[in-house]
Amino acid sequence: MLDTLAPDSEAAISEAIRAADGPLRIEGGGTRPIGGLRDGQALSVAGHAGVSLYEPGALTLVARAGTPVAEIEAVLAAEGQALPFEPVDHRGLFGTAGRPTIGGAVATNASGPRRIAVGAVRDFLLGVRFVDGTGTIVKNGGRVMKNVTGYDLVKLLCGSHGTLGVLTEVAFKVLPAPAAQATIALEGLDPTGAVAAMAAAMASPFEVSGAAHDCAAGRTLLRLEGFEAQVVYRGERLEEVLAPFGSAVVDPDAGRGAETWAGIRDMARAHGTDEDIWRISVKPSDGPSVVAALAGARCVMDWAGGLVTAAVPPGTDVRTRLGGIPGHATLLRGGEESRARFAAFEPEPEPVARLTAGLRARFDPRGVLNPGLMG
Amino acid sequence: MELPAPDPRVIARKPQIVARLRAAIGEANVIDDERETRAYECDALAAYKCPPLCAVLPASTGEVAAVLTVCHEEGVPVVPRGAGTSLAGGALPTADAVILGVARLNRVLETDYPNRTIRVETGRTNLSVTGAVEEDGFFYAPDPSSQLACAIAGNIAMNSGGAHCLKYGVTTNNLLGVTMVLMDGTVVELGGAHLDPAGYDLLGLICGSEGQLGVVTEATLRILPKPEGARPVLIGFQSNEVAGACVSDIIKAGLLPVAIEFMDRPCIRAVEDFSGAGYPDCAALLIVEVEGSEAEIDEQLGLIKQIARKHDPVELRESASAAESAAIWLGRKSAFGAMGRINDYICLDGTIPVSELPFVLKRIGELSEHYGLDVANVFHAGDGNMHPLILFNANEPGQLETCEAFGADILKLCVEVGGCLTGEHGVGVEKRDLMTAQFAPADLEAQMGVKDVFDPAWLLNAAKVFPLDVSADRRAARRGANAA
Repeated sequence: MLDTLAPDSEAAISEAIRAADGPLRIEGGGTRPIGGLRDGQALSVAGHAGVSLYEPGALTLVARAGTPVAEIEAVLAAEGQALPFEPVDHRGLFGTAGRPTIGGAVATNASGPRRIAVGAVRDFLLGVRFVDGTGTIVKNGGRVMKNVTGYDLVKLLCGSHGTLGVLTEVAFKVLPAPAAQATIALEGLDPTGAVAAMAAAMASPFEVSGAAHDCAAGRTLLRLEGFEAQVVYRGERLEEVLAPFGSAVVDPDAGRGAETWAGIRDMARAHGTDEDIWRISVKPSDGPSVVAALAGARCVMDWAGGLVTAAVPPGTDVRTRLGGIPGHATLLRGGEESRARFAAFEPEPEPVARLTAGLRARFDPRGVLNPGLMG
Repeated sequence: MELPAPDPRVIARKPQIVARLRAAIGEANVIDDERETRAYECDALAAYKCPPLCAVLPASTGEVAAVLTVCHEEGVPVVPRGAGTSLAGGALPTADAVILGVARLNRVLETDYPNRTIRVETGRTNLSVTGAVEEDGFFYAPDPSSQLACAIAGNIAMNSGGAHCLKYGVTTNNLLGVTMVLMDGTVVELGGAHLDPAGYDLLGLICGSEGQLGVVTEATLRILPKPEGARPVLIGFQSNEVAGACVSDIIKAGLLPVAIEFMDRPCIRAVEDFSGAGYPDCAALLIVEVEGSEAEIDEQLGLIKQIARKHDPVELRESASAAESAAIWLGRKSAFGAMGRINDYICLDGTIPVSELPFVLKRIGELSEHYGLDVANVFHAGDGNMHPLILFNANEPGQLETCEAFGADILKLCVEVGGCLTGEHGVGVEKRDLMTAQFAPADLEAQMGVKDVFDPAWLLNAAKVFPLDVSADRRAARRGANAA
């Protein structure tokens, strides 16, 4: 295996891509081998790191793509702010070591539980710099939160898994870190009851910032965040909203809450097993249909039912089992056999597939950036 | 401002083109009489006018596809039009273009409260989306000032914002799915009621693409439960700098008001004369609004007032009733009308990093003296989206040009301090020729490459967004094909 290319500047990343004469495997911290480890020369962006701008009064942070997420979270925490989208830490799921980078979080659009309330990585990404497959450096967006100048390639790059360009710098809108939080639990609901309870909570004016259901445990969890008195008040009101679904228990312990929601975010239920892990995105009320279609799978619903993480025996044809439920399924983790049988990303219908292929041909005409990963 | 010369081959074939369009969507829905096409000669950027070849008003996705198929086959440029409220000339036609209006596509297709979504046809107005769900306690968050008139189609094309995006985001953050017709007539479904895309975020890509990638006919939008209540506080300051510092301190304190609006002295005086809102005569004022229960609002406004007092406010007025809240908002909401009474004006839309606010306002004041034109500032301070209003007299020869030169200088200033040319109005024709101030050739090439994929013949709204010399080769290739 060739040594990993480790350019330490945008110019060096551009040079490395320009010089490539075959497939490149783009890495940040190397913690998220989604779709499996691929062939090709590894190119790591981890050496291009550091927070380049942080203005707490403008809720803005700009960082080079190789910056560890933990470093950014520490810088923000010192000012009482946070990344709103709770980036997923994939190490437990994949059994990887290393430090997850902010570029990796953006490339995978890997959002946590708060996505249902405030949005995904892409919703907080204000600007990007990237190097396309020809080695050309491109910037798009900026560092201000309202910007409609030209096309929004920021969204296009977010979640493109390194197949359209190698991110070199990313700019975010950040938010105040909540001063207090509470986790509210309901026990014993089936998936349908749980989704109904979560929908009732989400339709309340109490700004529920997490809504998940562990099917095996029969436990439904809701999260409130805000000022101290606000969380207490909202907890009481939410208990009333949830009364038809059972007796809710409010746990105001922030430490326990952080651990619980990190477990949901990082798919802790699937750590250390040899199952295939699928992430299924549907409209929230279809969550129970997904769970039913995958009977026998170990499922956790997040995003009020809209995201089902399913742990299934290796080789299970999840897409066929899901039939006509609108949405899509991603094979996040799978053994060699599953990866050979199933594309990591849901095959797109014509004419979307044509647009996707057209964009890839534009941004990476030589097909050197993670080829084959996204079709 | 220049528009490409119309394609004489298209103009010469007008009768055949109109006949084919009539065959596709019915006699009455194709407007080609020169007295009637006048209605489509401009949008809200009324300084520029050009009657189109004809206007078509399809009533379904299928009819939009039929129209585009005809235009694609005939090599006819198409300019999509929502409600025609664009301040950037986004719906300005050329003489060889078909205006495709979506006004007849105005139905609500589905409201889905368990999933908190609504699916509408895109000719529906912004405010009527909220109107369809508010009795049930929901609302659609993006609220551009033109929300009574503007259409969802235009909101998607321009990625419209509004006063409340500090908390709720802009259109792209509230859009879950669309049905879109490509220039060749192909119907595409992007997104849906689920949250994340299966592959590339094409939904994010088309939102804000100014009608250049496709015509969006249906949209699934996120709706939100209404907050328990909302209440504003009005704070007057001795200088712009102090007001700017107060905005920054409020945000740093961990508060996330739903709106922070800023007005400077020229604007305050004009609206006070116009509306009698009872504003203090001071250098700058902020309207800060927070949401929640009564107790939650009390707590947050208490903190905001505490912060404001450290900045020696000349006035600190918390609303104690719905009537007082309305009075506080009255002046802000009538700002554009108040300006229009004084004179003609152009409204700019650049965004700056909030930290640069005092410097930029000072510099705008200097430019105002240099150009000899008054300017008033009213804008969304929480997100740095400025709206300088430059006053001029359209009847005085040369003043529009002076005003535009002044505006261009302000927008370049926004870019220099780390901001952008347009925060929510779009580039259109208005800011098209300034794009090179913000983007390098490679940046524009990457964007134009996207249009090549969606609209290879460059027929859709092609004279917008990109400077004409930058897009010349691509547009010329289409002309060449027409000539062949």
